[in-house]
Amino acid sequence: MKDLLVYDGSFPGLLTAIFDVYERKLADVSIVREHLYHPDLYATVRTITRDTHKATRVWQGLQKKLATEIIDHFYKSFLSEAHNVEDTLLAFTRYVLGAPPGAERNFAHPAVLEVMQLSKKVHREKHRMEAFVRFQQAADGLYTATIEPDFNVLPLITGHFKDRYADQSWLIYDDKRSYGILYNEKDGQVMEVTAGVTHSATPGEDPDMASIVVHDHEAAYQTLWKTYFQTTSIDVRKNKKLHLRHVPTRYWRYLTEKAMAGP
Amino acid sequence: MWERIQEKLKILADAAKYDVSCSSSGSKRVNTDKGIGNTTESGICHSYTEDGRCVSLLKILLTNYCLYDCAYCVSRRSNDIQRAGFTVNEVVALTLNFYRRNYIEGLFLSSGIFKNPDYTMERLVRVAKTLRTLHRFNGYIHLKTIPGCSEELILEAATYADRLSVNIELPSEQSLRHLAPEKSKDSIIKPMSFLHHRITALADERKVIRHTPTFAPAGQSTQMVVGATPENDLQVMTIADSLYKKFGLRRVYYSGYVPVLADHRLPAPGTPVPMIRENRLYQTDWLLRFYKFSLHEVLNAQNPQLDLDIDPKLSWAFRNLDQFPVDINKADYEMILRVPGIGISSALKIIEARRFKTLNLADLRTLGVAFNRAKHFVYTSDNRPREVVAAVLRQQILQQSKYHTTLTPQMQLFT
Repeated sequence: MKDLLVYDGSFPGLLTAIFDVYERKLADVSIVREHLYHPDLYATVRTITRDTHKATRVWQGLQKKLATEIIDHFYKSFLSEAHNVEDTLLAFTRYVLGAPPGAERNFAHPAVLEVMQLSKKVHREKHRMEAFVRFQQAADGLYTATIEPDFNVLPLITGHFKDRYADQSWLIYDDKRSYGILYNEKDGQVMEVTAGVTHSATPGEDPDMASIVVHDHEAAYQTLWKTYFQTTSIDVRKNKKLHLRHVPTRYWRYLTEKAMAGP
Repeated sequence: MWERIQEKLKILADAAKYDVSCSSSGSKRVNTDKGIGNTTESGICHSYTEDGRCVSLLKILLTNYCLYDCAYCVSRRSNDIQRAGFTVNEVVALTLNFYRRNYIEGLFLSSGIFKNPDYTMERLVRVAKTLRTLHRFNGYIHLKTIPGCSEELILEAATYADRLSVNIELPSEQSLRHLAPEKSKDSIIKPMSFLHHRITALADERKVIRHTPTFAPAGQSTQMVVGATPENDLQVMTIADSLYKKFGLRRVYYSGYVPVLADHRLPAPGTPVPMIRENRLYQTDWLLRFYKFSLHEVLNAQNPQLDLDIDPKLSWAFRNLDQFPVDINKADYEMILRVPGIGISSALKIIEARRFKTLNLADLRTLGVAFNRAKHFVYTSDNRPREVVAAVLRQQILQQSKYHTTLTPQMQLFT
């Protein structure tokens, strides 16, 4: 009977599951996220408990075998949250650990190709978010932004924003996945926050993003930005199709210059 | 107060928008000591205007008051328009507040020339200096060099700015004299050449002394207006080519003239912007910089004008059919790069992939080659293209082109 490993959806959780596949020498096996799991009568279901020690061993094994760039693709494709991405990553791991060096560049192998393609999509979304995050300044000085990226890119953009906005406290909140990253300029640390503790700068207050009081200047700067954005376009060169290709409508909601503008 | 700023922003952004550069690339400034900002090597486009151009920098003029009367410029002295000017602090505040909200990568500051070139340049430098020193701003700064300003000011500008540019404006000296009587070729070339020498000298020093000061790390760029004057593409590209070679420019921008002013020396308002020509010039620019073509292969005395219907690489291939078909499994990188339908990244992939196996047509497809075009020019075991008849293939490609209707103006008569 087929084995079904159910894990908590975290990256170390997945690595733990892969460890168990090897340890138990499971052949016909599938790995699924907890919240996507449907009871399956025809499978032996095991619940995987995240184990840092096991996860580290798998991760080090991969790092020993693969170039940093490929390790990066592995992690990025995990963040795609694609259906069955766990099975793809398991297949990828099995293939590269069993094959001679260089196999990770064999694009003819379906798992290798899939990992590369997913990673590319996630990378594109990461780059988009570095561009499309729009901060609003709150009355207490915190800069806040809400995003709804196609993929779970917060872990990938943390470094970029931390390096760039080192002297201002900021919060980027992923509304789709209900968690955010909060940077505190005083200690220079980034921490993960979930709904309920989002606005830690003012403890005890309603943590709802919508309830944050904006700074006196905020509306004025948003207006100035919209003015600039509209003025800088050259009307006789208007090219709506190109515009939409670069700024797809699904991102407009949180873009200061596009919000509330009709398509 | 905000209304006044908004009004000025409208005027001074509008006057700056015909400068097409908005690039924030080429610099690797890091954020030091918890200041604000950094730059990324490849730049970031934070938004795109409705005309599809990247918005990366806050691109404004310090003022549109101008002593000069350049015919092609909206801000020329004799044009009856609203005038405005920002103070140094207003520009600094706008830049920082836009930057902190992640709207922009930095500032692109230019200006009309008021009082005299030095006075103007001094103000531009002061904006950059205030941002860098007082606010510890490490974002991108692009400053215009005002033709005719002193060398001391250029040197100072380069210590604060990532990129400097002085626009060549028009593709010939006669046109410049005709349309921009107060500017001279000399006043444009001199600062360019001066900066180039300093940049190369510092680069040499850097090999020996590790801590040489930052000096315009993203180099210089320039812009040429095309379509306002009668120069042909060969003349335009000859200038660009020599600017790249002589002064190590990072970019030459080609700006299709947007007729905004009635002037007997210029195309009448309402004349279409030469966008296709502009596009072909950029393609040629790319062939020179990235595809290892030399100028005389693409443009020469027999072919002084680029073909508007097809891209310059395909044009070149049609004129040199004796070099095709190319054996994809044997040809060197340079030749593969010359195949119409194969770009840099597919050429590199082909070189990688053919080490593992002999490539066939299907492989080319998966590698991402523009297959329908390339198939006429490549040789594989399963593809032996018949002898290409340029005229026939040209017709065929034009029929398939998705730009078909926009490319052939005659067609519009029937639609």
